[in-house]
Amino acid sequence: MTSVKQNVQSGLIWRWLFIGQLRAFPFRYIFAALSIAIGIALGFSVHLINASASDAFGDAVRNLSGSSDAQVAGATNLGFDEQLYPRIYRLAEVADVSPVIEMSAIFGGTGERVKLIGIDPFRAAAITPTLLGRQENSGEQSAGRTGGQTAFPINAVHLSDAAFTLSKAKAGELLKIRANGATHEFQVAGDLPGIEAGQAVAVIDIAAAQWRFDRLGVLDRLDIKRAENSTQSSLARALEKMLPSDARLSGAENEIKKRTSLSRAYRVNLEMLALVALVTGGFLVYSAQSLSAQTRQQQFALLRILGLQKNSLQRQLLLEGLALGLVGSVLGIILGYMSAYLILTIVGSDLGGGYFSGTPGPIDVTITAVFVFLGLGILTAMSGSFSPGRRAARLHPAQAIKASTGSLQNTEHPAWLPGILLLLIAGFLVWLPAIDGLPIFGYLAVAAVLAGAIWLTPWLARTLLTPLTGIVRRSVAFDLALHHILRSPAQAAAALGGIVASVGLMIAMVIMVSSFRTSVDNWLESILSADLYVSGGFVETSFDPDQQKQISQLPGIAVVEFSKTMNVSLDPRRPPVNLIIRPVQSSNYRLSLIDTTKQDIAGIPIWISEPAARIYDLQVDQNIRLPIGARGTSVYVAGIWSDYARQQGALVMESEDYDKLTGDFERSELAISLQDPENVDAETERLKRQIGNIAGSDPEISNAAGIRNIALQLFDRSFAITYGLEAVAILIGMVGVGATFAAQVGTRIKEFGMLRHIGFGRRKIIAMLAYEGMLLGLVGLAAGVASGLAISQILVHVINPQSFNLTMNTSIPYIVLLGISAALLVTSGLTAIFAGRRAAATNALRAVKEDW
Amino acid sequence: MYRITAVVMFLGLFLSAATWAYSSQPIYPEVTSGEEFAFPRDHGSHDAFRTEWWYFTGWLETADGDPLGFQITFFRSRPEMATDNPSKFAPQQIIFAHAALSDPQTGKLIHDQRIGRAGFEIIEASQKDADVSLLDWQLTRTATGVFASKVTGQDFALDLKMEPSQIPMLNGENGYSRKGPKPSQASYYYSVPQLKVGGSVIHGGKKLAVTGRAWLDREWSSDVLPENAVGWDWTGLNFDDGSALMAFQVRGADGDAVYAGGSFRSAEGKQIILSPDDIQFKPRRIWTSPETGADYPVEAEFVVRLDGEWVRYHLEPMFDAQELSGAFTPTYWEGAVSTSGGRGYLEMTGYAGKIAL
Repeated sequence: MTSVKQNVQSGLIWRWLFIGQLRAFPFRYIFAALSIAIGIALGFSVHLINASASDAFGDAVRNLSGSSDAQVAGATNLGFDEQLYPRIYRLAEVADVSPVIEMSAIFGGTGERVKLIGIDPFRAAAITPTLLGRQENSGEQSAGRTGGQTAFPINAVHLSDAAFTLSKAKAGELLKIRANGATHEFQVAGDLPGIEAGQAVAVIDIAAAQWRFDRLGVLDRLDIKRAENSTQSSLARALEKMLPSDARLSGAENEIKKRTSLSRAYRVNLEMLALVALVTGGFLVYSAQSLSAQTRQQQFALLRILGLQKNSLQRQLLLEGLALGLVGSVLGIILGYMSAYLILTIVGSDLGGGYFSGTPGPIDVTITAVFVFLGLGILTAMSGSFSPGRRAARLHPAQAIKASTGSLQNTEHPAWLPGILLLLIAGFLVWLPAIDGLPIFGYLAVAAVLAGAIWLTPWLARTLLTPLTGIVRRSVAFDLALHHILRSPAQAAAALGGIVASVGLMIAMVIMVSSFRTSVDNWLESILSADLYVSGGFVETSFDPDQQKQISQLPGIAVVEFSKTMNVSLDPRRPPVNLIIRPVQSSNYRLSLIDTTKQDIAGIPIWISEPAARIYDLQVDQNIRLPIGARGTSVYVAGIWSDYARQQGALVMESEDYDKLTGDFERSELAISLQDPENVDAETERLKRQIGNIAGSDPEISNAAGIRNIALQLFDRSFAITYGLEAVAILIGMVGVGATFAAQVGTRIKEFGMLRHIGFGRRKIIAMLAYEGMLLGLVGLAAGVASGLAISQILVHVINPQSFNLTMNTSIPYIVLLGISAALLVTSGLTAIFAGRRAAATNALRAVKEDW
Repeated sequence: MYRITAVVMFLGLFLSAATWAYSSQPIYPEVTSGEEFAFPRDHGSHDAFRTEWWYFTGWLETADGDPLGFQITFFRSRPEMATDNPSKFAPQQIIFAHAALSDPQTGKLIHDQRIGRAGFEIIEASQKDADVSLLDWQLTRTATGVFASKVTGQDFALDLKMEPSQIPMLNGENGYSRKGPKPSQASYYYSVPQLKVGGSVIHGGKKLAVTGRAWLDREWSSDVLPENAVGWDWTGLNFDDGSALMAFQVRGADGDAVYAGGSFRSAEGKQIILSPDDIQFKPRRIWTSPETGADYPVEAEFVVRLDGEWVRYHLEPMFDAQELSGAFTPTYWEGAVSTSGGRGYLEMTGYAGKIAL
């Protein structure tokens, strides 16, 4: 007895117990650990990829804003009056101000996009020295001495390394740059040594920027340096007090926050997927540990009789969970790093989601992140081991030692109340609002539905299968299988937990994506009413009234209408919304309205997208102020339309209203109805040439079908990664469930021996196991489909509206669901047969003897 | 004219733009003889000319009797660029300012600068009187004719009032001052010697009340130096008896003078115009800059012929290390010097490589 205690203390016994189990049933542990590894790998790689992408974006923003303490930015692409510059300069809190023009531009020749920045190098020198150019081949004395960062001639352009690559220009050459509807030729004077690799930036003189690109009298940004004797908050207060409506206080950190908020919901969704894999892993650990506790009942009982404490037993199982979790997590972190690396190099940092552009930075692994994910994996595995450990510890040793392995059947009625309670809680949680833009309660509801469904599975098994006992009497094998499941619902639950979790989540995701895609498709159909859409990109190409007139007189055009898209900041803490200037409802332009005003209100109407309505909490008939003009412009919401394209929100304003407000008649896009719509391809070619001649550069022309295809391709691409990750997780889950079932069968060798003794053939035993597998699969499928449907509704009606601010209609892909169901039933049957073949092959006599 | 040094550099950057196609170019007026100065108008800016400066140099004394040398200069430059650019940011005029403080106790010269394109009333040079704003640096002339300047640099600040005790001294031929053999190589040039200085200096973290004597040089021109010039040596000296001397020579590559000139005015106001034959510059002691390796004759003699008689002015630096270099200036030596019975400033350029034009 002393030696037992010593061995217990030295841990020898525990190691022996665990390693014995590991040797006997390696697969159930391997799959449990693998499932944990997959969950951790998913979560960790999503984390790494996102960190790398937002680091890269943050660096880029900080790089361009230099050492400024504050920034004032135009609330729209129209900028603000340049007289704000001297007014801000004279504030006591301000030491220096650098005025900036910022435009999206394209290089002539290559047509590549670049950020075009106009600065006064004298003012930028102290605040944003990263924007100063370096003279190429400059023989000037000062150029050599001061590192070459000097003022530059007014017709010069300096290019960042990335911009050099995109423009294919060399120093000294002339380079055409197109922005804001105008093209001008600049001399490439040198590079921008302060701009980080991967950023395409072209810097010209601010006077040239205003003059050549029609921005006289306005500025887009002021980079501000704070006076030494003032504080950051007093500077912000002084600025806010004096800013006109069309200018906003901004700043590098603010910009970074805005951008990451855009991708946050998407990121959280991916991380939730990772958690799903992890939870499945937790259930597999639970299954494995439940079974191993059962097979070791007698060993445990013996140890108890030899004087071992209850807690030590439980601790043993927890420690085993810890070992499993550790192995799985370490493996997961390695896999996660590797997949993050691969994804970043192959797909890019936005995972196909389109939220970040540009080159991501290097992968930065923090110790904290590694430990958090390591801890998460271990915690999952340990919680999977907790309840089997408790059950093992509770068993009365005297009873347990007498009972044969696995024969201790739980015949009591399975409890259904906690499961119902969990479902009720889920039903309550879905009504709660988002926290800080994240649907936390929605995810909790998903977890509650899953947990409730798993809890109810034994009860469901009994409820579903009991009626069958009276109906099917033809087959003894079926009868035996049915009764085995009904007699041991706890054992069934162990195998079913994993099935329910993975099937439920898979079905939920499938329904959600299908609903999303169908809604997008219908929406595209409803809004694309013209034959051709012409775009000069964002604001690079624009058509002045004269060009618009020429285009509308081109032959073959039935109706042509012009539009323009610009950025408008409604809230400095959020990304700007798109303001779309166009005819609201016409033969070429339509809105899929979901709400519209019933009153006749005087004033300027705007139509807002559903995301805009949700983000800014706006209703029909409500008045809002748009930051157009120094005093702002009051408009009212005339309608709300559904929009799946612009997550940050969009507003539509009638062309005439915009013209009257701003006097800006330039347009950058147009929609065309053809006189001969049958002949789209030939007409497109001809119009592209003719419009190109009028505009001075080739526009992009796409037809309605092309736009729809591209949009759906983009959609599929952004969900492809999601699908891929999910499929891997589910696959591992299913294989794990199979392994659990096989292990379960392995514990019943004596039972099979008995059956052989009483004249049951091998085939019959295999058939019995196949029935068992399929019945279990059926129950799992029923619970999985039910919970999957419930979860999909939470995703569609709670989580998606809360995180992406858009609603959709449920669309159930029956064929896919049927496929999944069939696959599940076949897999579970096949697994059972495979396990049964092995079990039935063992010598029956020896099997019966085993216990004696 | 010596002050061209600083301006030339950043002007040069704009000159390089001249080869590029412009729809219209500025036309710079030529400096001609026979123009009459009118004050206070000529204290103000002459925007049409290519370059112009307001150049103050002088000796200060703190309440404890410690000497300090100072220099405050405001430059205006009209760059070569398209004049039809309607943008308010178009660099029609560039204003540059430079200030330096020489302290013999530390043996160091500290200096700072400001630069910007004129506009938005933040940066401006008035055409009516001496009134130049460059961000936080100011130069004004009060109703009583006192020049006032406030500049704040890194580690130092100057807030000085400089009151003329004499009328302006017109250099050359009534202010038409030749710089080279061609008549067009010339500037409009007057000096105001014997300025009485009062005010304060922030130096070494302390605000010190100061008094002293200073010299103002005003010059505007459009043409550049002779092609063979590599640099020049200039001095402006205030004598204790009220007389004043300005002398300069333009040096060629061989070290010999390409051109020279100057003015001497007695306490009574009698002015002698010095022609190239009347001036010799003789290095006496060479100091090598540890930073740039350039050799400067920090101790030198200006030998000038006054009324047929050769007079030797031996210039002794306040201390040797008064070399300057900055982002918009070439490397040169400019420092406080003294001579028997007088004090002033000496500027020497072109010793650290040819001054690029």
